[in-house]
Amino acid sequence: MKVSPLEKAAEATPQKLGRSIRGLSDRAIAWIFVTPTILLLLAINIFPLIWTIRLSFTNYRANRPNADIKFIGLRNYERILTDSDIWQTMQATAHFLFWTLLLQVVIGFALAWLINRKFKGTGLWTTIIVLPMMLSPAVVGNFWTFLYQPQIGLFNYLISFLTTIDPSSFTMIGEVSLAPWAIVIVDTWMWTPFVMLICLAGLRSIPDYIYEAAECDRASSWRQFWTITIPMVLPFLMLAVLFRGIENFKMFDLVVLLTGGGPGSTTELTSINLKREAFEKWRTGYASAYAVILFVTIFGLASIYVKALNKVKDR
Amino acid sequence: MRKSLLLVTAFLISFAGTPSKSADLTLCWAAWDPANALVELSKDFEEQSGHNMSFEFVPWPNFADRMLNELNSGGKLCDLMIGDSQWIGGSAEAGHYVKLNDFFDAEGITMDDFIPATVTGYAEWPKGTPNYWALPAFGDVVGWTYRKDWFERPELQAEYKDKYGRDLGVPQTLAELKDVAEFFQGREIDGKTVYGAAIYTERGSEGITMGVTNALYNYGFEYGNPDSPYELEGFVNSDGAVKGLEYYKELYDCCTPPGSSDWYMSESIDAFRSGLVALQMNFAFIWPGVHADPNVGGDRSGYFPNPAGPGGHFAQLGGQGISVVSYSGEQDAALEYIKWFAQEEVQKKWWELGGYSALRAVVEDPGFVTSQPYAQTFLDSMAIVKDFWAEPAYASLLLAMQDRVHKFVIAGQGTAQEALDGLVEDWIEVFEDEGKL
Repeated sequence: MKVSPLEKAAEATPQKLGRSIRGLSDRAIAWIFVTPTILLLLAINIFPLIWTIRLSFTNYRANRPNADIKFIGLRNYERILTDSDIWQTMQATAHFLFWTLLLQVVIGFALAWLINRKFKGTGLWTTIIVLPMMLSPAVVGNFWTFLYQPQIGLFNYLISFLTTIDPSSFTMIGEVSLAPWAIVIVDTWMWTPFVMLICLAGLRSIPDYIYEAAECDRASSWRQFWTITIPMVLPFLMLAVLFRGIENFKMFDLVVLLTGGGPGSTTELTSINLKREAFEKWRTGYASAYAVILFVTIFGLASIYVKALNKVKDR
Repeated sequence: MRKSLLLVTAFLISFAGTPSKSADLTLCWAAWDPANALVELSKDFEEQSGHNMSFEFVPWPNFADRMLNELNSGGKLCDLMIGDSQWIGGSAEAGHYVKLNDFFDAEGITMDDFIPATVTGYAEWPKGTPNYWALPAFGDVVGWTYRKDWFERPELQAEYKDKYGRDLGVPQTLAELKDVAEFFQGREIDGKTVYGAAIYTERGSEGITMGVTNALYNYGFEYGNPDSPYELEGFVNSDGAVKGLEYYKELYDCCTPPGSSDWYMSESIDAFRSGLVALQMNFAFIWPGVHADPNVGGDRSGYFPNPAGPGGHFAQLGGQGISVVSYSGEQDAALEYIKWFAQEEVQKKWWELGGYSALRAVVEDPGFVTSQPYAQTFLDSMAIVKDFWAEPAYASLLLAMQDRVHKFVIAGQGTAQEALDGLVEDWIEVFEDEGKL
């Protein structure tokens, strides 16, 4: 008689163990599998969150482990919401978010649209375009710091070549009016390919027959673009905006390497400011309250956005 | 029987003669030229003691972050710490450093043997009391380096004299320094555009504070009422202090290279060594490197202390003391290192290798001032030092100053008066949080 592998495995299982597993309900077995994950989640996500909320009502400083911890109610929240410096960093973050998202969506979509036209060397061009996003932010930050150097930087020489302005007459990362744009340019250079790839996936998911039907109805290219391409790519675009929005809201490394948050605090984004409060000034309680406010803000905005995304997808 | 007795005796003697167990010691410091000199110097200690030395050097911009995290978390990485002078209060009060008074008494090490400013700056907490948490290890102070070869050019000397009515030479006052910097700003020298001065403007760690204080002190800024600690109003934001801050901004606006909005030690060195600037503000530790530099070294460069201002003559203290970390499992060996390091012959070799000894026997030696072209400037500068707060909350005090000063000097936000008034508010808030006000 031929014995199947399943039967072999059943025979190999000790009877006692087999009986004990057989005695468990499906739900119990499911719990056995899920419990480690839940415990891990509680340990590394939920517990720190609850602990952060608790600390946000205290004057705790992590560099004074032996000092008394005082409960100070909503004082930290009050300080943060009335601090003009915090609002300035919020403004800097909003400027960075708005312009990077806008430029990346516009340029990314345009590049995807061009690549989607399938010309000779499409693969090569796609590879070249996506190169920046494969680089480490540390490399990109240092690399662009050199490009922006007024004495030797290629960026200044390029602008000088195009406009005849003296290359050493302006400093992209050292001037209040230019520094916010300097970080927008670098982030756009680095992450537009990511948006392009998502848009490309969207464009390639549109069946050809829809365009063929539109052509039979004598719809112009412009009309096809607005009534077929854009609506069908929109969920992909919105997804790209969500990913980039979340990433850029917590942007840290690239900006620290480029400007360090300066000059003044013109490019000090919220994540940089939060890090300074928590790990340089060691105002742990204050920084916890700050983190809670940011968490609630991002969570609220992301929830609204995901609802809108679902609506677009269901349309 | 006699043979075996002899063998046993020889065995016991060999054990008795073995030095105490060799330890693996890790010394933590910033990654800079003096650290390399210390590695070289410590080879003698390894040879003499049988202990093994390892080194953990962190670049300056991350030094405080990395090392204070290490101390605050009770880490055992460092047995010996050459921590920044401003850490002394916090590290003493939080129990990161071992108090060294008993050890000094037992080993006959006395602080009277060290330059007084370094004892106050690097070893004492509370300041002005005989409680020692470190041995002065590396004396340092902000001073200036200048292109002597440019200053000596007859055509430039003549032009300068015509314009300012005095000789082009080492500036004696901050106003003269600004004139010199202005004179060189944008000038063509050997076919290259050069600029006036490289000054500290860095925002992220401590850079601009270490720079601007050299102007503030000399215009009348004080950290508080000398008779009433933590009384800041009218001292931090006095009229003189406001003028000092305005001076620093004017110096930045008129006479620094484009793109120098976030410069600290390494950027200033690079600018000077590449022939971009005529003057360089920097800590004295760079002078041996400048002197040895093939492009700007030797007679091509000169050194001078921070010039006086209308309110006094001071310079920002740098430097560090060496402490034993209380979390170390090798405290005895670490103390042995400090005992060895405090010896006069070791300190003499330290100076020869490029380390700035704080031992009076070394710096007061008649041959010291002629031993290096910058030795006299070092001594003159160490005689006029003033340091930043060394309070346990120094990091909060420093960051507040960094923010306020950088926003005014570099970003041009607000006025000098507003910046210093804001600084007073920030510092009062810090001291209130600390329970000192």
